[in-house]
Amino acid sequence: MLVYTMRRILGALPVLVLASILTFVMIDVTGDPLADIRMAQPPPTEEVLQQAEERLYLDRSMPERYWLWVTGIGGNGDIGLLQGEFGPSTQGPHYDIGAAIAERLWTTLRLVGAAMIFALGLAIITGVVSALRQYSKLDYTLTFVGFLALALPTFWFAGIMQAAGVKFNQLVGDQVFATIGDGRFRAEGAPLWDQFLNAFAHMALPTIVLMLISFASWSRYQRTSMLEVMNSDYVRLARAKGLRNHTVIRRHALRTALIPLTTVVAIGVAGVIDGAILTEVVFQWRGLGDFFITAVDNNDSFALMGWLLLSGTIVILANLVADLLYAVLDPRIRYE
Amino acid sequence: MSENGMSKSARRDPAKKRKKSSADQTQLQTILIRFTRHRPAMISLVLLGIIALFAFVGPFFWTWDHTVYREIPSNQPPSGVHPLGTSAAGHDVLGQLMRGAQQTLKVAFTVSLLSTAVGSVWGATAGYYGGRVDAFMMRVVDIFLIVPLLVAAAAIAGNSGAGTSWSAIALIISIFSWATIARVVRGVVLSLREQEFVEAARASGASAPWIILRHLLPNAAGPIIVAATLLVAVAILAEAGMSFLGLGIQLPDISLGQMIGSARTAVSTRPWLFYPPGVLLVLICLTINFIGDGLRDALDPRQTRVRR
Amino acid sequence: MTTEYENKEHTAVADTDDVVLEVSDLSVTFPSDDGPLPAVRQVSYKVRRGEALGIVGESGSGKSVTSMAIMGLLPRNARVEGSARLLGQEIIGLNDKQISEVRGQRIAMIFQDPLTSLNPVYTIGYQIAEAVLAHRKVGKKVAMARALELLEIVGIPSPEQRLRQYPHELSGGMRQRVVIAIAMANDPDVIIADEPTTALDVTVQAQVLDALQRAREETGAALVLITHDLGVVAGQVDRVGVMYAGRIVEMGSVEEVFYRPRMPYALGLLGSLPRLDGDRGDRLTPILGAPPSLRDLPGGCGFAPRCPMARERCHEEEPRLLLIENGPQEGEATAHTAACHFSEELVDAEASDLFRSTSVDTEGLGSVAEMEAAEAHVAEAREGYLGELGAEADREVAAKAEPEVLLTATDLVKHFPIRSKGLMRRRVGEVQAVSGISLDLRERETLALVGESGCGKSTTARLLLNLIKLTSGEVSYMGQPLQDLSDRRMRPLRKDLQLVFQDPFASLDPRMTVSDIIAEPMRIHGSGHRDARKRVSELLELVGLNPEHGSRYPHEFSGGQRQRIGVARALSLNPRVLVLDEPVSALDVSIQAGVINLLEDLQDELGLSYLFVSHDLSVVKHIADRVAVMYLGKMVETATTDQLFSAPAHPYTQALISAIPLPDPVKERTRERITVTGDIPSPANPPSGCRFRTRCPKFANELSDAERARCVEEPPELKDRGTGHRDACHYSKAIELI
Repeated sequence: MLVYTMRRILGALPVLVLASILTFVMIDVTGDPLADIRMAQPPPTEEVLQQAEERLYLDRSMPERYWLWVTGIGGNGDIGLLQGEFGPSTQGPHYDIGAAIAERLWTTLRLVGAAMIFALGLAIITGVVSALRQYSKLDYTLTFVGFLALALPTFWFAGIMQAAGVKFNQLVGDQVFATIGDGRFRAEGAPLWDQFLNAFAHMALPTIVLMLISFASWSRYQRTSMLEVMNSDYVRLARAKGLRNHTVIRRHALRTALIPLTTVVAIGVAGVIDGAILTEVVFQWRGLGDFFITAVDNNDSFALMGWLLLSGTIVILANLVADLLYAVLDPRIRYE
Repeated sequence: MSENGMSKSARRDPAKKRKKSSADQTQLQTILIRFTRHRPAMISLVLLGIIALFAFVGPFFWTWDHTVYREIPSNQPPSGVHPLGTSAAGHDVLGQLMRGAQQTLKVAFTVSLLSTAVGSVWGATAGYYGGRVDAFMMRVVDIFLIVPLLVAAAAIAGNSGAGTSWSAIALIISIFSWATIARVVRGVVLSLREQEFVEAARASGASAPWIILRHLLPNAAGPIIVAATLLVAVAILAEAGMSFLGLGIQLPDISLGQMIGSARTAVSTRPWLFYPPGVLLVLICLTINFIGDGLRDALDPRQTRVRR
Repeated sequence: MTTEYENKEHTAVADTDDVVLEVSDLSVTFPSDDGPLPAVRQVSYKVRRGEALGIVGESGSGKSVTSMAIMGLLPRNARVEGSARLLGQEIIGLNDKQISEVRGQRIAMIFQDPLTSLNPVYTIGYQIAEAVLAHRKVGKKVAMARALELLEIVGIPSPEQRLRQYPHELSGGMRQRVVIAIAMANDPDVIIADEPTTALDVTVQAQVLDALQRAREETGAALVLITHDLGVVAGQVDRVGVMYAGRIVEMGSVEEVFYRPRMPYALGLLGSLPRLDGDRGDRLTPILGAPPSLRDLPGGCGFAPRCPMARERCHEEEPRLLLIENGPQEGEATAHTAACHFSEELVDAEASDLFRSTSVDTEGLGSVAEMEAAEAHVAEAREGYLGELGAEADREVAAKAEPEVLLTATDLVKHFPIRSKGLMRRRVGEVQAVSGISLDLRERETLALVGESGCGKSTTARLLLNLIKLTSGEVSYMGQPLQDLSDRRMRPLRKDLQLVFQDPFASLDPRMTVSDIIAEPMRIHGSGHRDARKRVSELLELVGLNPEHGSRYPHEFSGGQRQRIGVARALSLNPRVLVLDEPVSALDVSIQAGVINLLEDLQDELGLSYLFVSHDLSVVKHIADRVAVMYLGKMVETATTDQLFSAPAHPYTQALISAIPLPDPVKERTRERITVTGDIPSPANPPSGCRFRTRCPKFANELSDAERARCVEEPPELKDRGTGHRDACHYSKAIELI
């Protein structure tokens, strides 16, 4: 198992390296970090431009810049991923990209994590129920709900939920749902119960919005996988042994039908991150979504690269975890 | 040809007669029949057709287009003159909706075609050659799959400022979505090339291009078509998300996502700005997903019954 | 060992004459878009305590559905009518709780495919113990101890270790024995075995059947054995029921049904079977037509459309399953019943009296008269075809002299690398699929390459055609070495060397019409569209199909018809050598016979040479001139068919022949057997010296230690024992087995 883990980690490294090259090249080629300075009125002097170029390492060739971005060797100490530096920002010499990301990462991960856990739970339940009641009214209804969820634009649904939250608060006459902000600062130092209430108020609506996207596809997947297993010979044998129906479903069908879901969930992480950005923007959270928008607005290439690489790394890590989980769940892989 | 009794038997035996009639159908007809029996898919097809007419033909019959007119009063709720009301800047919302749907559909179908073309070739090559070529090519695909589609596309579009034209948006989304198609095609080709009929062609001396063109691609057509259809829906949501963030199609041009984005703060005050583009977006995606589902049922040879 | 189990309703048995399972008027209907499908119709039978009942039938006859219905394992949408009483208790229509108490406890089941029958995520021990715990209030320790005991009974080596292993770590044969262990866990009264050995190699089949016998002895359970294999039935059961189109059409003791069948279908089935105890010269008699579609069953007797003696009455009135006249009477355990209006006419009838040994495709035909017309037509077409051929190549003349050697292989070696899964794909080992095979194929002869799965016979066939690159050795066709030829240089030679595949479903491109499929080789070799068209209809006629069907797609044809299409494609380039890779093993016996007849006719008429790859020794005995037996990539014995079957010398060949069940109850039960133990070792890590020694009965039982040392150290050479009979055993001795 240890060997397997090591092999998987080694296997993930080249993907990470290639991903860093891809993000770097794409952002570097398409963007002009000096665009804002150039457009400024009055027009900047040659000297100012040159200074900015030097500070942002734009005076070097692209391969050099990539090398610098990764290693930081030959830089001014503000660049080099391996040294924990994400590079200089267009948003001023004092703007630390790494620190900004670190500050917001938790906010976003909290949302992503909560949404994924709820989506997964709901997807498994509905998927299994759909499969067990194949072609029933319930199955058709759940199928339709799934299709609808797949077709809902996150941000539109977020807008509706936000409006609904406001309506609900008015009706109840109390601030049950906080519809704006992530509520991080308001609760600091408060008693534990208040902290929890505050977190719930802020997180409930965004979580519902975000879980909907992944829920739909995972539920469909779980249904298919469950149907396949229910028709398998070993489920028939389990019945033939004299096990009760619920035992067969829980012990033999569900246990095996869950295995392929791990991979699907891992691949779905990328989609959840996409959704999280949109959700955060609608609910005006100060998370990575907001960071991203600001970076784009400021043509902040290094911030964007850092952001993309980070999300790529999260997805790769998720896949790694899924692979390992798969091996734990499925003895056929474990002993390979 | 002498009388051999075979065709005669076909006429007499009812079982054989059925077989004969099914023999007269081409495969395409069989697929079409199976598709038409999938009711949600058929309804969706009709609905999508209507939406397409609305988006592409509608503007010719409607007084206002998507641009600002001085004679349009701002922030009017729906009325006889402006059935869907007007915006703050002085747009007719119905005119905007037509243009928005048009742009959205153009982007989505372009993405699907482009991604499918690139992805099929890439996936088929990887699958056919296998081994190290396959391992390397699929690693590249992995990289494109791990970057979140919407964010990456938005980053590039926003960064380069190329986001104003629908074709540029389509190109950027395609860069991050061809990989899904490549993965599907590669999987199909990988299993197809182990099939005995491919070996039979090789045993007769067929070359690699002959096998890919005459056996592998025609047999992979089903999954490719389904994946391409579902990609349309993905592309629509990606474009809408980008435009919503203000990083996609920009004013004075319009897209559905952008309409929602600019009406974001007006959900309860001016709902006529917020709901119509959203509902239209949902309808487009929903119909396309159902069509994809119907196609999957119709094209999958293992599928024996079509229910629902 | 015996285990006590509670048997509350045991008293109910007394008045039912020791019957443990009584099925009466059981019918199963499946709903479908095209109307209801009656899969099983009014099936009735009784099984007595300790008795073995066989149910035989071809695919789609309803034999498996019947047993699934009894077990209550059918999908919810199936409609089950009638009754099945187990020890007097009705078990059809029980709720989940009630049926759970019966399943596994009173009635157990064994399924066809051992590779999918066990849950991949639980250990063997857990899965057996689970069966014990489902019915007994004992601790996990006790259940595990019972599991261990059961593994010993079914003959699994080192059982303690197996308990902790997962299914994928066991071979198919072992897994099936685990399933048998699960079935006998609670000493049931009835065990239903649904094609328990179909997915296994013959030598493993013999072991699993032994395990099944032991399970019966141990538990005293009655056995219902469902199979398509008449040989297995002949050896294993007391009584047999023959199913056709959802009904039992004949039932009686095995001797009665095998020696005195009274239903034309049973007679036809026996006649269409190639037999190990038959002669090369015997022609097989396929049954006309194909089994009816369940959707529109014929009005009268289900078999009437295919029956050579069908009359007006047969088409109008469905015959009931009645006691035959002058046979053993009701009450006796050997009562013989048949569902035929004219069963008395079948007294002393032979299959060849009734059925014709035709080679045309009979599946599309409706009556005997049509078949005669089709046969005459095909004969005419073939004559015309041969006339044309004669003008091109004068093969008849060449045949008169000493037969020319066409294809020669010398020391063929093929190793497949095992690669790691990462990006680097490092080579981590190799599978020695073929390790030094030499053979030659002469003009107009059939050389059979036989062996069990994994012996390298299919790889050898592909090496001979230069479809895969060999690791070392040499292949030459008419003196020209093939192994170094480029694809382009090889192409003209491919005209002469063609291949027919095993799987009639996978070997035809589903997106092409039959005409296009057959024409493809000609198009590759640059034939014009019109020439190809013309030849396609000639070829369709040649293989006994209706040439008008060329515009259809493969899925519109049955398995046998598709295999004919595959043959037509292989013949389209007018080859001299056909490599046939298990060409009939996927077909039902009654269909298989027609394809075998076709291959024989084509060889005679076109002067073809066949390399016939097969695991089925009965078919090989029927069709081959010479036989080469392979084991783990090596050739262990080669001789003419007569020599090999009358006096096999290598212990493996002897075991292989012993393991083939004969469709003759008396012969099958009295014959001498050489049996092997264990499974085939992995070709990635073959045993040293003689590769067969790990399973060799001679090595295990007869040899001294000194003699054994030689087997371990020195790989035996293939040596001539006179008159061309060669074997690769240090201590070979020919014996007579049939």
